[in-house]
Amino acid sequence: MDKYGSLRKKAAQIRRDIIDMVYRSAAGHVGGSLSETDILVSLYYCVLNVDPKNPLSPDRDRFLLSKGHSIDAYYCVLADKGFFPKDDLKSYSQFSSKYIGHPNNKIPGIEMNTGSLGHGLSVGVGMALAGKMDNKTYRVFVLLGDGELAEGSVWEAAMAASNYELDNLTAIIDRNGLQITGKTEDVMRIEPLAMKWESFGWNVIHTDGHDFPSLCDAFSKKNIIPGKPTVVIAETVKGKGVSFMENNPKWHHGVMNEAEYKRACEELDKVPEVCE
Amino acid sequence: MNTIHNRRVVCETLIELSEKDRDIVVLCSDSRGSASMAPFAEKFPSQFIETGIAEQNIVGIAAGLAASGKKPYVASPACFLTTRAAEQIKIDVAYSNTNVKLLGISAGISYGALGMTHHSLQDIALLRAIPGILIAVAADRHEAKRLTEAFNEYTGPAYMRIGRNPVEDVYDSDDYDFQLGKAITMRDGNSLSIITFGETVKTALEAAELMSTGGIDCRVINMHTIKPLDNDCILKAANETGAIITIEEHSIFGGFGAAVAETVVQNCPVPMKIMGIPDEPAVPGKSREVFAYYGISPENLCIEAEKLIKMKKNGW
Repeated sequence: MDKYGSLRKKAAQIRRDIIDMVYRSAAGHVGGSLSETDILVSLYYCVLNVDPKNPLSPDRDRFLLSKGHSIDAYYCVLADKGFFPKDDLKSYSQFSSKYIGHPNNKIPGIEMNTGSLGHGLSVGVGMALAGKMDNKTYRVFVLLGDGELAEGSVWEAAMAASNYELDNLTAIIDRNGLQITGKTEDVMRIEPLAMKWESFGWNVIHTDGHDFPSLCDAFSKKNIIPGKPTVVIAETVKGKGVSFMENNPKWHHGVMNEAEYKRACEELDKVPEVCE
Repeated sequence: MNTIHNRRVVCETLIELSEKDRDIVVLCSDSRGSASMAPFAEKFPSQFIETGIAEQNIVGIAAGLAASGKKPYVASPACFLTTRAAEQIKIDVAYSNTNVKLLGISAGISYGALGMTHHSLQDIALLRAIPGILIAVAADRHEAKRLTEAFNEYTGPAYMRIGRNPVEDVYDSDDYDFQLGKAITMRDGNSLSIITFGETVKTALEAAELMSTGGIDCRVINMHTIKPLDNDCILKAANETGAIITIEEHSIFGGFGAAVAETVVQNCPVPMKIMGIPDEPAVPGKSREVFAYYGISPENLCIEAEKLIKMKKNGW
């Protein structure tokens, strides 16, 4: 199996872990977690310089989940990478668990508490500025939802990042086109998205958010334009990998019944790389 | 009459500290002039960040800097910083426990005639309900220096509230025992206590002096740290003096007086009077004029003191 086949297999396993966790806990934001899974797998298995044994290394790359509600995929990836034991996730969303429904920096591997939208990019700007001040070579990645882009603070941060010429900062838009109420373009039009970021002074890369060669290429250092922050607009499918969840806003934070859970598992177990 | 602004002292102290501590970063939101931080920006351009008029962004950026080992000081008008960026303070600073120092400039009613948009009379109520933020106010320029030094030693989220105009000294020098969280008894007395902070410490001392001519022996406490409160000092005052006036340059709802009352009423109930700005847009004017309008003058404080002492004697 080649590198990208391994990533596809890993992504299928992570999706299965997500489905298991959210079914077991009857909680979570499954739709956005499934749409961002391939982005996270690309980052954590192909791009980011992070060490689960030394999660606070000063030279580590930083990742911020600004769309903090899509925590399920994030937890499953961090657990799979060894930042904490997978068994810990059995307490997900349970009484007094630290594994709450949004990122919590008491958990190894998580940089900041997020969950209210529109915060992550500013924090990422601060981390990237600190890197520049200290002549560090680490990169900062911030994953945002597309519905999140209606938050004005995102654009304050976008303006600042290009003003400070933060080429060590990459924003990623999980462009699944849906938010809790329905289509982003019906709720609050955010297109033309690429033009918006370009006009704010960003290096814009469009990519298929489920294609590993494209994602890994998009995040590669070779695409950095000196003096410009980069935004990767990743076209994704909300609920990706589970047919009845795909493109259905109901699954923004829907809870599966037993039949739905079994069907989701069957579909994910049929991914070719899993069957190999 | 002192003419040195507390904000200027904060800047000078940060310049002194930055000579040795290169992790200090000052951030301004088009506010280096109003925050008196221009000298810092000139002296340490590589440790100064201008964010433009974007309070949410400035707090988020500061949190990111702190999470990367820097010691950021956000100097921005208190009115905008604490309400516009309230959620960034709650989440990126307090909840994420980042070592961000918030310097709320021209706080209270010190912007005077600029009106309610520029008054900051809710910041204490708002911030003290958020777990994990230390809140402190200096009574004069000497305390501003000590407080800034203490902030730099303290690791964790903290908010310093700073007025716009020079205030009269209440200390002779900066050589006195100052500790975060430890109130200072400025004048001892047993008839009642005035507990306050910031600019009104001076008013309280003047009131106590005036009261002494009428035989009232008033204790004056400078509660420079509003959170965590020095509860021991408050309860000692309640026990020993039996009546308390609080004064705050802040709304009387949910602020300092409320905080003191929470401690007093649950542990040692005594008659109290909470002086501050009532539930209305504050009247425009110079600080002393506004304070007097709302009864915060030495003369009126004497009247309030007599009422409380009477209540105390009558077994209220």
